[in-house]
Amino acid sequence: MRAGLQLSQSGYKTAIISKVFPTRSHTVSAQGGITCAIASDDPDDDWRWHMYDTVKGSDYIGDQEAIEYMCSEGPQAVYELEHMGLPFSRTEEGRIYQRPFGGQSKNYGKGGQAARTCAAADRTGHAMLHTLYQGNLRNNTVFFNEWFATDLVKNADGAVVGIVAICIETGETVLVESKATVLATGGGGRIYASTTNAHINTGDGIGMVLRAGFPVQDMEMWQFHPTGIYGAGSLVTEGCRGEGGYLINKDGERFMERYAPNAKDLAGRDVVARSMVMEILEGRGCGDKGDHVKLKLDHLGEEVLNRKLPGILELSRTFAHVDPVKEPIPVVPTCHYMMGGIPTNIHGQALTQDGSGEDRVIPGLFAVGETACVSVHGANRLGGNSLLDLIVFGRAAGKFLESHLRESHEVASASDSDLQQPVDRLQRLNDSSSGEPAHLLRKELQQIMQNIFGVFRTGDKMKEGIDKLGAMRTRVENVRLEDRSNTFNTSRIEALELQNLFEVAESTAVAAEGRNESRGAHARDDYKDRDDDNWLCHSLYFPQDKRVGKRDVNFKPKTVDTFEPAVRSY
Amino acid sequence: MLVSIYRYNPDTDSKPSMQEVDVQIPEDTDLMVLDVLEMAKEKDPTISYRRSCREGVCGSDGMNINGSNGLACITPLSEAVGKSNKLVLRPLPGLPVIRDLVVDMAIFYKQYEKIKPYLVNDEPPPAIERLQSPEDRDKLDGLYECILCACCSTACPSYWWNPDKFVGPAGLLQAYRFLADSRDTSTADRLAELDDPFSVFRCRGIMNCVAVCPKGLNPTRAIGHIRSMLLSQGT
Repeated sequence: MRAGLQLSQSGYKTAIISKVFPTRSHTVSAQGGITCAIASDDPDDDWRWHMYDTVKGSDYIGDQEAIEYMCSEGPQAVYELEHMGLPFSRTEEGRIYQRPFGGQSKNYGKGGQAARTCAAADRTGHAMLHTLYQGNLRNNTVFFNEWFATDLVKNADGAVVGIVAICIETGETVLVESKATVLATGGGGRIYASTTNAHINTGDGIGMVLRAGFPVQDMEMWQFHPTGIYGAGSLVTEGCRGEGGYLINKDGERFMERYAPNAKDLAGRDVVARSMVMEILEGRGCGDKGDHVKLKLDHLGEEVLNRKLPGILELSRTFAHVDPVKEPIPVVPTCHYMMGGIPTNIHGQALTQDGSGEDRVIPGLFAVGETACVSVHGANRLGGNSLLDLIVFGRAAGKFLESHLRESHEVASASDSDLQQPVDRLQRLNDSSSGEPAHLLRKELQQIMQNIFGVFRTGDKMKEGIDKLGAMRTRVENVRLEDRSNTFNTSRIEALELQNLFEVAESTAVAAEGRNESRGAHARDDYKDRDDDNWLCHSLYFPQDKRVGKRDVNFKPKTVDTFEPAVRSY
Repeated sequence: MLVSIYRYNPDTDSKPSMQEVDVQIPEDTDLMVLDVLEMAKEKDPTISYRRSCREGVCGSDGMNINGSNGLACITPLSEAVGKSNKLVLRPLPGLPVIRDLVVDMAIFYKQYEKIKPYLVNDEPPPAIERLQSPEDRDKLDGLYECILCACCSTACPSYWWNPDKFVGPAGLLQAYRFLADSRDTSTADRLAELDDPFSVFRCRGIMNCVAVCPKGLNPTRAIGHIRSMLLSQGT
């Protein structure tokens, strides 16, 4: 919506196609905030410190040029949101309130904990999504709400010239032609059985791109958020720990002091999640099954909790039957964020590689947000950087398109044969008679991913997992559609989403098995160390031959010195 | 447990009907109504409804649950059925049914758009954010959290009667959210556009909106504030 807003403001005919009404997208669930150096909490704050934290957090495979762009442009992008009306919480001086988040430091890691995450209580994503929708309403962006994009359409030259989309309400299927197609389809966290992600997070953009034959990057990198509510999966913001909450094991011990003596509970999310799993595996987990730990907040007092974390009180009471004012919340690391995605440059232009391994722009195709991999998160995303990523790069893609579209680019329209593949896919689904129902296949897929491609991974198990997934492909393609009606047929949409989930899962599995090291969120029992000699690079998954290739990380920021890889400790 | 679900598919049905689906409810856990609905859909995949976040912030799965509007994903089954041991799910009342539990929300969104739900400030923006005191920001609490689920407006008899002319509780809550924002400079224009017999004054203070709001918000109070502003402006 940020890209759409930019283009509508410039007078371009812009359509936003969304499978749900725009304020129902998963950004609405983001809680803690948006990180950037607006120097409200600390007048000396510097975007370069934020950049250092982000590079370190990424375990050094975030692209430094992109991180530089994000951190330096971030403040302006956040001010624009505020001017649009986003109801940020405030300091006594009237500025935007900033809270501490994990992995944040001052003075390049030497100045202690920073408070750099701009917040609207613990409902920042909700506030942002509504503000963006409101901004688009004001600028008369055209919305196709509850339209589901099924596939990209490529012309004879390989340029993306539009999409095929289904109107969910009527079942009508149309070709939407466009000079530029910007994918902002979010993550695919529903590949895991336990996830903080909404039902709709099915990686549709990843599915579309892989079916079109383009590669995806760093798909092995999945963030497991330390604090998903045990049993329910709902997210409890890292802001809880930023405000002073901490994790305890069954003995009541604040165990993060052992794993990360300096940052403690505010170490990188990958570090905290692994520490929690270690506690559980070593028999110090809570509950009858000893399979979770607890997040303690009660010492902060009711007044602070009501003011700063009202949404968390609500969620915890509803889903954990626990009142955080009185007792700790049961939590467990839960799939949360897809660091990988469609490789892009800082303008949002989607990339592929040519025969000699050089980057090539895919004409007509752009990607921003979680579905993209620009890559600012590398192997581990810092809290508060996802809202920043989507707002900065949505804006960047919009700005780039403003000037790009002015130059006349004549592209050949799609011919009937270019439409054959998307149309055949829909027809095959409609004609299905024997296959299995979508919900059973989805559950099987989620179990494979949960059991084999979770917080800790091993090569042998992953090979088994890839075989199991390989055996599923035909079954997923033959999924049975039991409802063929046209009006608001959610079964058809779920079957198409399952096929997208499958593409996300398979690319994740192959990329994870391919990366023979442990880095960031990718932790292998059989390769416990980071291997900078061989793997200080992105992985690229090519769908045609299910091959994992490599792509260079950008170490060339434009205005600051390179941050050289170093041992990552908190 | 028998779950009774409103069914209507215009492609195949001449009229709506209630379908009873037998769902095995596991002991020892308190499911949410949405979980039960998902289980029903596994038995009969033709059941249609909206859902997304499953944690009460996206506003997709507003529906009528045992006679009261609410979000399926944060309504515990035990609370919904009480002692009746029966779950009855119907679409939100007062809006056209597209299919099953899916209603056409176009007129609801139109009322939202009518109140100009965006900040208007004619001053050129400063180089940083516009300043706002914590006290002024506090005035937005209880207003900005609306998730547009339509539980309130579709529980309101005044809205049922005049959905085209009465803005309704959801729209008016947002109208007040911008009237109350110290950064917004279009108070006079906003009030002028609401100053007619229908937009605001069709509210009869029935407070169904307050009773059903899944976020615990109070549209009636916001409407009261708008009324006061309109009346004091007129004198």
